[in-house]
Amino acid sequence: MYSKDGENYFIVDAHIALWDARPENQSNIHGKQFIDCFYDYHRNLGPDEEHWSYEEFLYQGGERLMKDLFEDGYVDHAIFQPAYLREFYKNGFAQVEEAYDLAAANPGKLTYNHCYDPRDGEAGLDRLRADHEKMQFKGVKLYTAEWYGESRGFKLSDPWSYRYFEECRKLGIKNIHIHKGPTVRPLDRDAFDVADVDHAASDFTDLNFVVEHVGLPRLEDFCWIATQEPNVHGGLAVAMPFMHTRPRYFAQIIGELIYWIGEDRIQFSSDYAIWSPRWLIERFVDFQIPEDMTEYAPITTAQKKKILGLNAAKMYDIPVPAELRLPDADETTTGPRQPERADLAAA
Amino acid sequence: MTITQLERTRRAAAVSEEDIRRALGAVLDPELDEPITDLGFVRSVAVSAGPEGTQAVVHLRLPTSFCSPNFAYLMASDSKDVISALEGVEKVLVELDDHHDSDLINAGLAADAGYRGTFRHEAEDSLEELRQTFRRKAHTAAMERCLTDLLRKDPGLSETDLGTVRLQDLPAARNTEALLRRRAALGLPGGGGAIVFVNHEGRPYPPGDVPMALRRARATRISIDGNAHFCRGLLRTRYEGSGDEQVHRPEGAEAADHHNLLPFTVKEIHS
Repeated sequence: MYSKDGENYFIVDAHIALWDARPENQSNIHGKQFIDCFYDYHRNLGPDEEHWSYEEFLYQGGERLMKDLFEDGYVDHAIFQPAYLREFYKNGFAQVEEAYDLAAANPGKLTYNHCYDPRDGEAGLDRLRADHEKMQFKGVKLYTAEWYGESRGFKLSDPWSYRYFEECRKLGIKNIHIHKGPTVRPLDRDAFDVADVDHAASDFTDLNFVVEHVGLPRLEDFCWIATQEPNVHGGLAVAMPFMHTRPRYFAQIIGELIYWIGEDRIQFSSDYAIWSPRWLIERFVDFQIPEDMTEYAPITTAQKKKILGLNAAKMYDIPVPAELRLPDADETTTGPRQPERADLAAA
Repeated sequence: MTITQLERTRRAAAVSEEDIRRALGAVLDPELDEPITDLGFVRSVAVSAGPEGTQAVVHLRLPTSFCSPNFAYLMASDSKDVISALEGVEKVLVELDDHHDSDLINAGLAADAGYRGTFRHEAEDSLEELRQTFRRKAHTAAMERCLTDLLRKDPGLSETDLGTVRLQDLPAARNTEALLRRRAALGLPGGGGAIVFVNHEGRPYPPGDVPMALRRARATRISIDGNAHFCRGLLRTRYEGSGDEQVHRPEGAEAADHHNLLPFTVKEIHS
């Protein structure tokens, strides 16, 4: 829990990882390129005093993770969102077993989400059933740009993706987290396009689709589909640290999200270990939309509480102390929220 | 010196590194809608005299190894095309450095294999539709900048009023010029009587739809400006000194983007 100015915030970090990107686990140059790309994100968007050495960044281990999140980072509960990257790392990028064991040892603090790849076909479905029987996860993380032999990605609207969603439905896996990335086939189209999420969300209305990074770099396309689909949510992984480098851009991201999808469908994430939650939480609680941006209403303390933890807690049935809970906003389920609040011309 | 040798020297001298860079100024990052030269994506340009004219070697660089390979290919192949089109150029080698698809793209460029020849089974058709998608986004953002400027200047205007603003109502300014360029790229009319707020086919919006369309356009503008500055920043982190070659982008700029305009400070030395 984080407390400031007499207000208490229940914190759920909805996107964390336990990865191993050390050279001995890299399968090829792409393993190095991938972690180097993350390290540039880390250095570019985080404040200087929060920068880690490259060696620290390659691997943290469970002990350090627990310290950074729960001792130093105010986090009450965190959710693993593994990216396996089988073509880049020998034993996978996300350390699935280690993360599962850590979550099993700390059930009050950690939730383990699994990952699968629909290109594994029938065998993958059997595996998913077996994994679920053992691990009992409520959510999965799908990385649509993952390489797989000749293939460099898949879409959520592919027939096999649908077979897997049907299986998720049967097993009670209700939260589908999606990360979009480049190199999705065919290359003729925009790899970051979120249109396939729209199809899947319309056809599986009983599943929640959490688009990580709020669709960045396609914020506009994400907002447009999410406003029409009440089961599409936005995860703030990678968007949060813009608070530091580009606060006006961050204000616009938050302002647009609150306008298009409302305060009940946005989830805080540090994207640990790219960044640590401590400074992100402190700064978000202090954050305000700049006064000259009259097109957005100021962000309220209640909205911050929902984003920092209550929204994800609700999706994952994480118990929240009664005095910290808040009711849902009295808003439309689709379409822009209270547009009159954010009318530039009325300002 | 024989006539032939003289002629060769003249031809080789005809195309300079400056000429190559100027030509590369016409190559746009389709997503960010800016010249690759302004973004700092041109890593090096070298020219030498060949038997039939100038030989040019150009290296390109991008903000991450995982920038979309289709866009990477577009910028590299467009670079090769604009340099090849210069009179006096005999041979062009364009190489993309440090990208996850560098080998594939560089081999495709060297063999003039084209997009489908380069990416084989990963490509279905062409990249024209993709280019068009981003031309439309660039136009949307340019339109929103002009109309929001008007709205901020004139408190008497409502969002709905913006649906009837004509090109002649816009001030002569950077944003207006940018809009006219983007309209031309889509084949939309540029006359003063033309309505500003139109879809990509040039159709205006019914008055009731204007505020929502403007909000959507705003999200597009925020996205493009945000991506443009993020990509610039990542390039500076990845390649030390690359910021010196970036041209400042005023649209969406914040304090952190004035990296090369900050005064140089020296820490106090205590003896």
